[in-house]
Amino acid sequence: MPLLGAPRLPQGPNYGILAEFATPADLYHACQRVRDAGFTRWDAHTPFPVHGLEGAMGIRRSPLPWIVLGMGLTGAALGFGLQYWVHTTAYPLVISGKPYFAWPAMIPITFELGVLFAALGAVFGMLGLNRLPMHHHPLFTSKVFERVTDDAFFISIESWDPRFDPSATGKLLESLGARRVELLESE
Amino acid sequence: MIPERDRVALRPEQATIPPGHPWNRIPVIGASCALLGIVACAILGAANPRQFFFSWLVSFLFFLSLTLGALFFVLIQYAAQGGWGIVLRRIGETVFATIPAMAALFLPVLLGLHDLYEWSHAEAVAADPLLRWKAPYLNVPFFLIRAALYFGIWSFIALLYYRGSRGQDVTGDLGVSFRLRRLAGPAIIVLALTQTFASVDWIMSLTPHWYSTMFGVYFFAGSFVGFIALLSVVATAMRRSGLLDTVISTEHLHDIGKLLFAFTVFWAYIAFSQFFLVWYANLPEETTWFRARMEGSWMTVSFFLMAGHFVAPFFYLMGHAVKRRDSTLAVGGAWLLVMHFVDLYWQVMPTLHPEGVRPSALDLAALVAVGGCVVAAASWLMRRQALVPLRDPRLAESLAFENV
Repeated sequence: MPLLGAPRLPQGPNYGILAEFATPADLYHACQRVRDAGFTRWDAHTPFPVHGLEGAMGIRRSPLPWIVLGMGLTGAALGFGLQYWVHTTAYPLVISGKPYFAWPAMIPITFELGVLFAALGAVFGMLGLNRLPMHHHPLFTSKVFERVTDDAFFISIESWDPRFDPSATGKLLESLGARRVELLESE
Repeated sequence: MIPERDRVALRPEQATIPPGHPWNRIPVIGASCALLGIVACAILGAANPRQFFFSWLVSFLFFLSLTLGALFFVLIQYAAQGGWGIVLRRIGETVFATIPAMAALFLPVLLGLHDLYEWSHAEAVAADPLLRWKAPYLNVPFFLIRAALYFGIWSFIALLYYRGSRGQDVTGDLGVSFRLRRLAGPAIIVLALTQTFASVDWIMSLTPHWYSTMFGVYFFAGSFVGFIALLSVVATAMRRSGLLDTVISTEHLHDIGKLLFAFTVFWAYIAFSQFFLVWYANLPEETTWFRARMEGSWMTVSFFLMAGHFVAPFFYLMGHAVKRRDSTLAVGGAWLLVMHFVDLYWQVMPTLHPEGVRPSALDLAALVAVGGCVVAAASWLMRRQALVPLRDPRLAESLAFENV
């Protein structure tokens, strides 16, 4: 779960460590332990959504709703403001006998722009927070990781986690039931 | 091994009101309130029958709309084969099981027909070409036939679903679920039509010159917001008093909150669209109704509706945490119940008091009388039944429900 503000890719000889688990249950319990061990720069990878995994990983709620709210309000304000300016200042016209500032007529555009901006905020905010699109990722160098879309469950811990140590972290993951642990090279 | 259909997700004693529980007293309290309200209505209404009939109509419509909202809530869950809301379904079923009682509470409206509806006066119709033209629909005999039809259809659907669900508690018969699911689609269509015509008959025809083709949807939107608001309050009250506190979870509250939020927006969308088209076209026969509500103190109520029925709850219910805490959700629900009442008051009362808002003690008396009857009936049913559909095949799914 890369967050904004984190370095784009880690420095050093290793990207991190990858551990493979056989079942969702193994992965779930391992995630709880990794979370409790205090790791912060790590992720879990599964072929399908595992219920409650975000809780086991200790993921905080995304700031995305605030982005959507901010964008929605901005869009609504822009939509209303533009119409207000046009109808009262820039090009006042009498339309069907209504006053220049006929606010009910401005509501549909205000609503539409609010929705448009909120939707754009949701899509691009999500992409930005997830640092997408990302054309390549060091995890893809691992051969076993190809099974992540098939039948295997993984935890990856990145080397720039303050608690990362190539051998100790590997041993921890093995003790949690990983059936394979792999040290990944930086590219 | 126990066959799937006989497995019990919840023991009956986990889902009934235990003896000695304070909720056992609610029927008596409700009935006392009803009696008090009826006496107050009789005393105050004798001096001012016109005010009484209008006040009664508002309160009658308020509670009727909640029962119809409950009916819709249960029907869509059957039609969509919803799983999450099974633990809340019995609350809805209990609310709409009072529909036959609503028919009795409609009688004062019939007694006040001439005070309420201008079109019921032969001399007014004779003098008014527009009313003459509408007379084939707006006449007393046909009005009575339609009202009988509405209550007949609603009671039939309500009892069909209530009895079916209660019966399943005992037999565990899966066939009930299948049968009620097949009927849910047609029942929704019938409910939509009857509810639309009822709102035209009982509210729109108060101003017989006026018409709005959106009025039925507007009434529906309000009724569904009202029921979901009631649901949030009842679910919270139950949890707080130790009923279903392990059954109705934060996840269920969250979904109630989402529905409440969504239908508050829907109500606003419909209410504004209705106003907007009339305002824009500016045709005299359409503007009269809004004109009356844009003058004097009724304009203040109109603004209050916009702010209180949409803007405030929209921002209040938007957040995640508000919907997941029972106290904050119930505050939002209680507020929207009040606003739903204000909405109906605003629809009905300007016919009686075009000069401005004139609150009356009869408004309160009628509310207590009708509300007391409905609460007494619903809580009496609750004492006699399980508080959740114990053997619905989706109960286990509902109990384990989690928002992703």
